[in-house]
Amino acid sequence: MASILLVPIRPLQPASLSALALRLSERFQLPVVADGSHHLDPAPAFDSSRNQYYSSLLLSALLRMFSRHEGKILAVTDADLYIPVLTYVFGEAQLDGKAAIVSSRRLDERFYGLPGNADLFENRLLKEAVHELGHTFGLVHCRQYDCVMHSSTAVEEIDLKSSEFCTDCARLLKRTNNETATEI
Amino acid sequence: MPSHNQHRASLLIVDDEFVVRDSLSKWFRQDGYRVETAEDAAAALRVMDKGPWDIVLLDIKMPGMGGLELQKRIKEIDPTSTIVMITAFASVESAVQALKEGAFDYVTKPVDPDHLSHLVQNALRQKSLSHENIRLREHISTLLMPDEIVGDSPQMKKVIEMASSVAQTDTTVMIRGESGTGKELIARIIHVNSPRKFFPIIAVNCGAVPESLLESELFGHEKGAFTGAQYKRKGKFELADDGSIFLDEVGTISPRMQVQLLRVIESKHFTRVGGTESIKSDFRVICATNRDLEQAVKEGAFREDLYYRLNVFTISLPPLRERRSDIPPLVQNFVRKYSQAMNKAVTSVDPSALDLLIRYSWPGNVRELENVIERAMVLAAPPTIKSCDLPFQVLQSEPTADGDSLEAIERTHIINILARNAWNITQSASVLGIDRVTLYNKIAKYGLKRP
Repeated sequence: MASILLVPIRPLQPASLSALALRLSERFQLPVVADGSHHLDPAPAFDSSRNQYYSSLLLSALLRMFSRHEGKILAVTDADLYIPVLTYVFGEAQLDGKAAIVSSRRLDERFYGLPGNADLFENRLLKEAVHELGHTFGLVHCRQYDCVMHSSTAVEEIDLKSSEFCTDCARLLKRTNNETATEI
Repeated sequence: MPSHNQHRASLLIVDDEFVVRDSLSKWFRQDGYRVETAEDAAAALRVMDKGPWDIVLLDIKMPGMGGLELQKRIKEIDPTSTIVMITAFASVESAVQALKEGAFDYVTKPVDPDHLSHLVQNALRQKSLSHENIRLREHISTLLMPDEIVGDSPQMKKVIEMASSVAQTDTTVMIRGESGTGKELIARIIHVNSPRKFFPIIAVNCGAVPESLLESELFGHEKGAFTGAQYKRKGKFELADDGSIFLDEVGTISPRMQVQLLRVIESKHFTRVGGTESIKSDFRVICATNRDLEQAVKEGAFREDLYYRLNVFTISLPPLRERRSDIPPLVQNFVRKYSQAMNKAVTSVDPSALDLLIRYSWPGNVRELENVIERAMVLAAPPTIKSCDLPFQVLQSEPTADGDSLEAIERTHIINILARNAWNITQSASVLGIDRVTLYNKIAKYGLKRP
């Protein structure tokens, strides 16, 4: 049975991981397991000149560490992520692959000098987690502005979209899920 | 951002750094783009063949040929490519140079993802707009409004009826008729009333293009296919994708081209001259000829199989002399058209001039009529066109006798001589070699009246 493995990468605020696990399980109709037992050291991916972590390296490390896991892997961290050409990323995923990572750093209102908002933060984290996992199921960005697979490169865009898949993406997701189910 | 079912936009990333190529291509693939990468200029030029690329992201600093030089080369291969330069802070000056040489924009590494994503979307939007613009312009410049078809004669009504009924189908149409009868106009009416109307109708005058060029004109050519083929060029069949292709004077093409034409029409597949890639195009064929194709088939000058392939539904346009009742409304139409175009207040045609126009034999059909009116509009003193404004050829074409009897011929001859001499009786009598009294008698006998 396929499942989603939720891996925390420190630094990470202790809250919200269990709530996230529950809501992801609803979205994907799959069991979500939070794995707190392993600690992935993000230090090798750290770039001191940028004060950020190279997300692609973290993805490779995840894949090595959980190579025996059958389903999808989603890492969650508070660390600020980047890929070399871009100034930052909210997350990264292997398209039609196994692993994804999301950073909560830029989802927090306090990052922008605003008062914290726990509900908003939780919602944004859910949307980005669903979005990156969506990529691992082969979904690409969607034109529907309120679909969770809509590309968002700013928090305002994340707030605009919902945490749900539009009907087209939902259908594609269901098809991939069925294929995966029959394969296993 | 493309949706799942839209045509996928394509992106070529040229950068010598693996991490840049790798991360950018992954990032754009998630956007649903078709992405290809190249590590240097040579590889990029090789990949250009897999194009066309909607957007090329180009690193300005690379070992070997740099981004600036590569930009020039890429523009040579595909002048419509949209190039976005990637630079480090140190090379902003050369990025400005790149902009001057036609790059769409530049970004500095590392780039804000929000900025990059909007930049690429804008570039794609602009590209599709300019593409659409070119297509619309071509369309407008050649599109004649169907209201230019003037004529209430039963023959023309039948033609219009046939054209509009065949328009809805995808049937190949052959339009026959003398030069100047409006074959292309009918082809356009068929196209604009067909489901293909939002796509172009591409007209090729097979008779006007030299035989040696017709092949590349119709099928396009690859760069270097022959001397002077500096750029890749799309052929008319490729341009007519989803639209119609109008092959004018199809009877003039050589036997060799006939074979190729037959194959394309049957398979809808072809290759560009000098190319190997098979190109598919969905077009509807409308062709026209003023030749006697049946005779040409008999003589072996026109392939029989092609003839049957083209001659599915035939519309024959009557020559103007067989529908003289259409001449007055046509004249009115052209007078209105040229009075607007020339800003000249000529609004009517003198009855005697109209009479001449109606009786002329019009070997050049409607085109000739239009030219005659245009010329007359230049000469005419507002507000009326008179007989003297009509060109010599028309005046010379005098009415011919209604019958073979001597009397009929005499009557017509007297009318002509009187007209030529502006009803000057003395001059006319002297030309006819009779005296004035006799002429008066004959005028009375035949009931002739001064116009």
